Amino acid sequence: MQQKERLDREIVAMRVARELRDGDVVNLGIGIPTLCSQFVPEGRSVTYHSESGVLGYGPMAEPGEEDVDLINAGGQFLAPSPGMSFFNSVEGFAMIRGGHVDVAVLGALQVSERGDLANWMLPHRGIGNVGGAMDLAVGARRIIVAMEHTDKSGSPKVVRECSFPLTAPECVSLIVTDIAVMQVAHDGLILTETAPGWSAEDVQALTEARLDVSPDLGDFRL
Amino acid sequence: MNKVAPTFGEAVADVPDGSVLMIDGFAGPGGTPQNLIRALRDHGARDLIIVSNTAGLASVIGFGTIPGDRPTDIGVLVENEQVAKIIASFPVSPSPSRPTAFERAYLEGKVDLEVVPQGTLAERIRAGGAGIPAFYTPTGVGTLMAEGKEVRSFEGRDYLLETALKADFALLRAHRADTLGNTQYRGTSRNFNGVMATSADTVIMEVDEIVESGEIDPGAVHTPGIYVDRIVEIA
Repeated sequence: MQQKERLDREIVAMRVARELRDGDVVNLGIGIPTLCSQFVPEGRSVTYHSESGVLGYGPMAEPGEEDVDLINAGGQFLAPSPGMSFFNSVEGFAMIRGGHVDVAVLGALQVSERGDLANWMLPHRGIGNVGGAMDLAVGARRIIVAMEHTDKSGSPKVVRECSFPLTAPECVSLIVTDIAVMQVAHDGLILTETAPGWSAEDVQALTEARLDVSPDLGDFRL
Repeated sequence: MNKVAPTFGEAVADVPDGSVLMIDGFAGPGGTPQNLIRALRDHGARDLIIVSNTAGLASVIGFGTIPGDRPTDIGVLVENEQVAKIIASFPVSPSPSRPTAFERAYLEGKVDLEVVPQGTLAERIRAGGAGIPAFYTPTGVGTLMAEGKEVRSFEGRDYLLETALKADFALLRAHRADTLGNTQYRGTSRNFNGVMATSADTVIMEVDEIVESGEIDPGAVHTPGIYVDRIVEIA
């Protein structure tokens, strides 16, 4: 098979960012999700929430301006930003579980065809970091996964059943990878967009779960 | 009552072996009581059960750390073999090639671990400080976290029963306190400090500055002095 080009992380983040609506409160996970804030379409105002205890953060701090008391949950230093607020962890997670966060963009190890999410533990390591992922997965109104389509060894990450320990069952609504966009519907996954040069068959070949192809299948909508 | 302790060592001198301690730090040096942790290391109490968001991360991967700094975290207590168990949400290094002291000790069977989702950890601590013995949460339903726990349905959705956490001591880090223990945190360093302060029998805080009572606007107090037992000023 001819080597097809995969999209880089910034393009995946750009595609996810198109999903964010004006006024959304958004929590971005570590990795590709973090990049989404650079690509929110003009004219949309998004408020960022982080489990470190901050709402309404903006750009990262400039080198030399770092403050250990001003970080996001990924440990990045934030710049002071007008309108931001701080709170303790009880309140930060009340916002999440209480349904006050509209969208969480998370990375994943595996996502199943029912939208089960596994993103906190590799079984062979025997130990894992759950952090705020389980709370976000059950609490945010909409979960978008942003990830590579296959793992480092080339195995599919979009699977029929997750073999890794779950973060939460049936929580993901949209999966954006470096070759495809898939919606989680009641009866399985619908392939709606593919990366340039990739056919539905190409994507299916790297996907363990069965994909229904949308009648409106097209290129990545950026 | 004077809550000001003269030194970090004196502030932790009565921590006995086998104590349960809540120690703040989201994951970086901000909010971490580095001086009290060093004092507890020097004090040497053993068989400790520590409740904290991580098991010591900043010293290993530089999370939230100014480039070039070498912060102290609870990893030094693990290295010093003072810890029997850690209750945390983010106990291991996200970088497998740079494992934490805790991770090595855990894999050698020297220390126990209870992994708790971060929001559940916060709420269990809150419950402990608020006289609530247990609560139902949607977090962890259908996962390993549900093993052995009661599941109950409310309005068609399943929830797990989680129990309160309490501690003998809390070691915390704040920005300012007055002599009555009314406390303010800086920025994102409020996170677990703001709740651990409510749930330990003896709450010990290190602060940048101790001021006279009356100098902090009552409406801007984050942790009221009722919760705080000892304050030490960072020189």
